[in-house]
Parts: sequence; C-alpha cells; structure tokens
Amino acid sequence: MDLCRKEVSKMFNSVGKRVPRYDGIGHVTGRTQYVSDVRMPDMLTCKTLRCPYHKARIKSIDVSEARKSSGVYAVITKDNVPHNLFAMVPDHHVLAEEITRYKGQNIAAVAAVSREAALDALAKIKIEYEELKPVIDPEEAIADGAPQVRPEGNNHLFDGTSLVRKIRRGNVEEGFKEADFIVEGRYTTPSQEHAPMETCCSVAYLDASGKLVIHSKAQGLYFAQGDLANVFQLPLNKLKFVGGTIGGGFGGMNSIHTDHIAGLLALATGKPVRFALTREEETLFSTIRSPWIFKIKDGIRKDGVITARHVEVLHDCGAYTELGLYAVEKNANLIAGANLIKNLAVDSRMVYTNKMPSGSMRGFGVNVGQYAEQVQLDRLARAVGISPMEIRFINAFHVGDKNHTGNELASVSTIETLQKVAAMSGQKLPEKYLAMSSDK
Amino acid sequence: MSVMSRILKFYLNGNLVHVAAGEADTLLDVLRDGLGLTSPKCGCNHGDCGACTVILNGYSAKSCTILALTAEGKNVWTVDGLANGDKLHPVQRAFHEYGAPQCGYCTPGMVMAAVAFLNHYPSPTESEVKEALSGNLCRCGGYKKYVQAVMAAARGEFGPLPEGSVENV
Repeated sequence: MDLCRKEVSKMFNSVGKRVPRYDGIGHVTGRTQYVSDVRMPDMLTCKTLRCPYHKARIKSIDVSEARKSSGVYAVITKDNVPHNLFAMVPDHHVLAEEITRYKGQNIAAVAAVSREAALDALAKIKIEYEELKPVIDPEEAIADGAPQVRPEGNNHLFDGTSLVRKIRRGNVEEGFKEADFIVEGRYTTPSQEHAPMETCCSVAYLDASGKLVIHSKAQGLYFAQGDLANVFQLPLNKLKFVGGTIGGGFGGMNSIHTDHIAGLLALATGKPVRFALTREEETLFSTIRSPWIFKIKDGIRKDGVITARHVEVLHDCGAYTELGLYAVEKNANLIAGANLIKNLAVDSRMVYTNKMPSGSMRGFGVNVGQYAEQVQLDRLARAVGISPMEIRFINAFHVGDKNHTGNELASVSTIETLQKVAAMSGQKLPEKYLAMSSDK
Repeated sequence: MSVMSRILKFYLNGNLVHVAAGEADTLLDVLRDGLGLTSPKCGCNHGDCGACTVILNGYSAKSCTILALTAEGKNVWTVDGLANGDKLHPVQRAFHEYGAPQCGYCTPGMVMAAVAFLNHYPSPTESEVKEALSGNLCRCGGYKKYVQAVMAAARGEFGPLPEGSVENV
C-alpha cells in the first residue's frame, strides 16, 4: 500500500506546481510556426466563389474567361472534384452541385499568383443564379409545407426510418401521476462561432515523389486524411498530412474548411497552394455550434424527488450533417443530467435548415443541454419550495446506479462536487447533506 | 503583392531593409510576405485583434492597418528583435514563466503591446495594464496571466527593464 502511494505521489510531481510549457519559448519569441506561417517557393493563393444566397439554383456557370485571366493557374468547379462528398457523415459537397444550400457555400475555386489575381479571376466567373426560398428557422423547417433543404426532406431519419432518437426508461405517464407538481420549460441556445485567432488555413503541394502533402489546421489529422483520400481518390500512401501548432481550434477544426480545396488545386496546378479564410469567411461561413431548442416536462413530488421527465430536443443542424448527428447522440445521453430519474423519455430530432453546418465546439451537445437542465432544476426547486442545492442532493446519482442509457455507474462525484461548491461559495448545508456520499 | 510597387526602405529591428511594396500593401503584408518574417500574425486584418502589433517609432501599432509605404525611413520592431542573444526581454520571460500563452498566436502582438507600454509607463497600475492590452485579443482567454505577467515584469521580477525606448534594447 505504501509502495503504491509512493508511486502515485510520483505521478503528481507536477500538480500544483508551475511547469514551463514545452513550446512556451517559441511562443514568446515568435518562432513558433503556425500553418498560416508556412511559406513555399512559387506558392499560389486560393480564393473561392461563394454563394451569395441562402439557397439558389445554379442555372449556368462559365469559368472560361476566369481561366484566361492574368496570373491564374487553375479554376475548378464540382466537375473537377474526383469525389464531391466529404465530412464525417459524407454528405457535404466540396464545391456546390446544382442547388446551393447555405449562404457562403463554395461553388468554384481559383489558384493564382496573388490575392489580387485570384480575386480578379473570381470576378470573371459568369454565373447565373435562381434564388430559391430558404428555410432558416428550425421550427418552421419541421412544419408541413416548409421549403425543402435537401431532396430527401428536412428531417434527419435516425437509422434511416425514425424521426426521433428515443431514450425510454420506466413509464413517464405513471411517473407524472405520482407527481405533486408538473413543471414545464422551454430553453433555446443560439449559434456560436469558435473565433480562433488564426483563421482556417491550408498549404498543399506535391512533394518530389508525387505525394500530396497538406499542412493542415485539422484537429483530427487522421479523420481529415481518410476523408480527403476519398475526395481526391488517392490511396492513403499518396496523401500526407502535416499538423503542428495551431492558433486555436476550439472544435472548429474538426471540420474541413480549406484542406480539400487547397489539395485539389495543388493537384490541378502541380504548385504549392495556400488557402486561408478571411476573418469574415471564418465567422460567416465556417461550421458553428448550432442552435438547439429543448422542451422539458418534469413531474416532482413534495419531497423533491423527480418522478418523471420528458424531454423534446430539436437540433438545428444547418444544411449538411457534419457533426450534428454526433452532437445529438451525446446530448440525448446526457440531457437528463446527473439525476436518478426512474421514468424518463427523451425524443431528439435533428432538422436541416439553409445555414452553415453544425460542427463540434467545446463540449458540443452536452453543455447546451446542461444549461437547459440546470435552469429547469432551479425551477423545480422553486416549485417545491426547497433550495437549489437540496434538489440536486435529493436526486443525485450514486455509485452503482444505472444511468439513463442503462450503464452502471462506477465512478460518481455529484454529491462531493455539490459539497465542494457549497463550501467554496460559503453556503451552509444542513448536516444530512454534509453526511451524504456518492457511495451508497 | 500589388503590381505597382516601389522599393521601401525602413529600419527593421535596428537594421536597414529594402523591400518591394505595393501601394495597397500593408506593413503586415510586407513583413510576412515580402520579408518572410512571420512573427506578426494576421488575425482579422481589420485592426481589431492586435495579433499583428509591432512597435513603430516607439509606439505600438497594428501593422495590418498601416500602409507599408508610410513606414519609409521609420523604425519598426517585431518580437524577433527583442531578445539579446539567448537573453529574453523581461516581458518575454514573464509571459513564459507565468504560462500566459496558450495557443500562442496572440503572443507576439501581446509582447510588443506590453513592451511599448512599459517603455512609456514603467510603473503601471493593474488597470492601466488592462487598458494597454485591451487592443489585443486572446481567444484562449489568457488575459489574467498576461496582466499578472506584465505587472511582474514592471516590478522587476525578471530583471530591470531595458533603459529608454525599444531601439536601445
């Protein structure tokens, strides 16, 4: 036991101590190289033509004049993409097909000797749009007769068949009958941009052996490599990703924003190509933490025990799935919080709208749900006339409880966390709560 | 680089440099693309984020908002010119020791804003430091440590601040 303690204490040599960052000197001297600092000889600049409408039909596109423009090495559209679908759920078009689905969607890309030459060429692309009626609001998108975001409809079908991702435990109707009070709440969260200091950027080139090399800001290099091998139709041994220090990601770099187009243009021109988003592009057109709507109906007894909970979730996924589905799964599993609720029903829906797609962002799917759940708990406490602390102690999970998806919990610290929060915020807890522990 | 360009001469970290600069090029464009000096970063290209901060004739300046040709004959300092060999400037040491940089992308600009400020106000209050750094955004949220580090550098925790303006560092 003593030996074990000794070993463990060694592991915590650094806890509570100031440890210099291994890359700190590079940061304070300006020597750290970020992806946006990578420079190659003879490097071309990429700019893209983005759709100015929330939804449109591209009636015609003519890039012949742009291709002849001074300093231009390549202009590509969907016809030049070997496999025009990417992302974790590969339903996102690298360059737009006939119908564009969100404002700012990439339609064509130019590689030219300078920013000015690239922008001049973009202005020479002849494109005729028919603006179509979009749907922006997620609740309007699930209504009958709403404009269709995707040919297969606006609702994501879970397992290809179900409108809702369901969790069922016990019997909520019975639980509501047991309750002394019913409390209903509707909670919404808006969209949020990651806003890393370094905008998304890629530098792509062919090395001496003909391998396509991409300096990438990707937070998941191997995700991106596998995904884009398919887009480029290259075997993995012909595609190399170079990562490194990035100027912030916050989840936004789990989605591909520039690697695909920079890679395609490097293949098309045989020259190094740099594609960096402007701050406007990053803010307006990259993936975001997408909006959510939660409706929670709880039944609660006078003694503070939650007898039943029904949650209806609506996730506004934007125009393509990206990481929306993953967010919905995480949200559904955790929306009922750290509470042992015997009767529970969760119905999660995911809807497509004409907006930028739903990406990952710091605890995506989870913290939005916890905002709703925690506010709802305070309202439950008020309804019963107990303190916000008490309701959390009364309903807290213990070791050995089964969580809402049926997994037995081996490590639980809700009660200990509440005790610590109370101590740190100077709240006096009644003796019975101080005596509680997560071990039953 | 714009098509119509001239040869621009200015002092960069104490050395006279000659570089081609177009009428529409910013000082940031010339430093990063003309001279290959990538320590000043481009965060917004609108003068909002401060990642491109350099010291121009003794004052902090956002190089993305300065037309390069207006720097003719002037003194420009970037973070590259601060250290004396291996000996870091007290502000650089303070930032490192306090663990202020996280992703580090805002750091070169933050260093230059702090150095320019301390050159003019060597004994600041904490609220003055906050005001001095208010033009430099850090998305990782490292503000508190940056402010603590500047205060520590001002107190002399990392050695005396170099005398006079940055040109003498």
